[in-house]
Amino acid sequence: MRQVYLDNAATTPLLPEVREAMLPYLGELFGNPSCLHSWGDAAREAVERAREQVAQLIGAEAEEIIFTGSGTESNNFAIKGLALAQQAKGKHVVVSAVEHFSVLYSARTLEKWGFELTLVPVDKYGVVDPDEVRRNLRKDTILVSVMHANAEVGTIEPIEEIARITRENGILFHTDAVATAGTIPVKVKELGVDTLSLAGNQFYGPKGVGALWVRKGVRIIPLLDGGVQEGGRRAGTENVPAIVGLGKAAELARMDMPARIKHLTHLRDRLLTELPRKIERVVVTGHPQNRLPGNASFCVEFIEGESMLMWLNSQGVAVTSGSACTSRALKASHVLLAMGLPHALAQGSILFTLGLDNTDEDIDYVLEVLPPIVDRLRQMSPLYAKFTKAGKGGK
Amino acid sequence: MPIYSEKVMDHFMNPRNVGEIENPDGIGEVGNPVCGDMMTFYIKVKDNRLEDVKFKTFGCGAAIAVSSMVSEMAKGKTLEEARKITPQLVADELEGLPKNKFHCSNLGAQALSKAIDDYLSKKNKGGKK
Repeated sequence: MRQVYLDNAATTPLLPEVREAMLPYLGELFGNPSCLHSWGDAAREAVERAREQVAQLIGAEAEEIIFTGSGTESNNFAIKGLALAQQAKGKHVVVSAVEHFSVLYSARTLEKWGFELTLVPVDKYGVVDPDEVRRNLRKDTILVSVMHANAEVGTIEPIEEIARITRENGILFHTDAVATAGTIPVKVKELGVDTLSLAGNQFYGPKGVGALWVRKGVRIIPLLDGGVQEGGRRAGTENVPAIVGLGKAAELARMDMPARIKHLTHLRDRLLTELPRKIERVVVTGHPQNRLPGNASFCVEFIEGESMLMWLNSQGVAVTSGSACTSRALKASHVLLAMGLPHALAQGSILFTLGLDNTDEDIDYVLEVLPPIVDRLRQMSPLYAKFTKAGKGGK
Repeated sequence: MPIYSEKVMDHFMNPRNVGEIENPDGIGEVGNPVCGDMMTFYIKVKDNRLEDVKFKTFGCGAAIAVSSMVSEMAKGKTLEEARKITPQLVADELEGLPKNKFHCSNLGAQALSKAIDDYLSKKNKGGKK
């Protein structure tokens, strides 16, 4: 059976070149970068090379890059670390309603620590209105966080405009660029933000490694104490092989980005246009144009996402869904609900995230296998029965 | 490791007794779109036995498998026997359900019981049957 992996938002595979770059550091070059002997030197050089590579990807200085254990850690670090560093100035934090949980729940933790939190709503495409951010700023606002793009619906946010507002008001601005760094151009100077998160497994690097870029001069309180690694801002022995992999992945992403974007956009646009032609009552979620090149997200009416996912899996196709049943917490995607989708429709969420290995034949295959699955599930759906009866009854 | 047992997958992919019954003797609806699972059971009763049981379900793999299993367990049983089908028995017959799915998806027995209630209340009102 054909195997089609369309869950690259969960994780991309590791590129062979990245794996090759990592291997020596899982073998003979096992040294600890903090050590002063030659074993340590080799490891330290590798980490510093990776720091350069990551810095180049986002147009930053190497010394501004802090390696972390994941995108989630980077977001936790930014939200908590910046707020704690600024708390003498104020205790109000503003984040968008569609942030990744690592931002949203870090902000919730700040609330428990005595900070105040405002959630900025989004429109039906999941776009944050910069004026809405402006309206929610207060004298004691110390931090704003809006993601660069939302991985679930693909929508790219107007970061430059929001950054102009935060700068005018002297407020720090963090952006979660986990979905964009290594995928579309991300230049920290153009974005105008103060801190930015990224993660290796979103652009063909390894899992368990991320980075936080912190603009030179911005104060941040470490989450992990007890060591001088990462300039004293993130204690703990570095995950050298993963950091090397992240660096290599960043270098490859920078060089191949235009070709990758072209490839992904072509496949994405095929899904976005052809799937609604093959299946009635399907809506595209997220912004129709201004979206991630590899993101094709939909809600299929009258059926539930997990059952679609399981059926597709039985046909060799890997996807994900924002339905309540798919999540461990059994809650529908906060992103889809924030965009104003009714619960029943949000339950029909299905998300295709494309990768470099995908081909036109993969898209053909999905377009062939999905319609009968949808039909089958609709035939057993009480909601579809109501819909067809209402239709036949002439309302 | 897959989250569902082979039995759940079998009932999910080849559900038994899907559909509606024309002029059913009882209908039972449970669930709502917020939790994500909705089930409607239809029953036909003859001589105090469930002559036919059908269902329609909106929901995850577990919800569909549970509906299918309940319909299979209930068919041919007396109303009293059918009332004894509990969520635990259904889960056992399915060789287990994921822990977090046990409550939300395991609504089949409840829907069946509601259909029986519906049948009994119609009968007591002296309607058809």
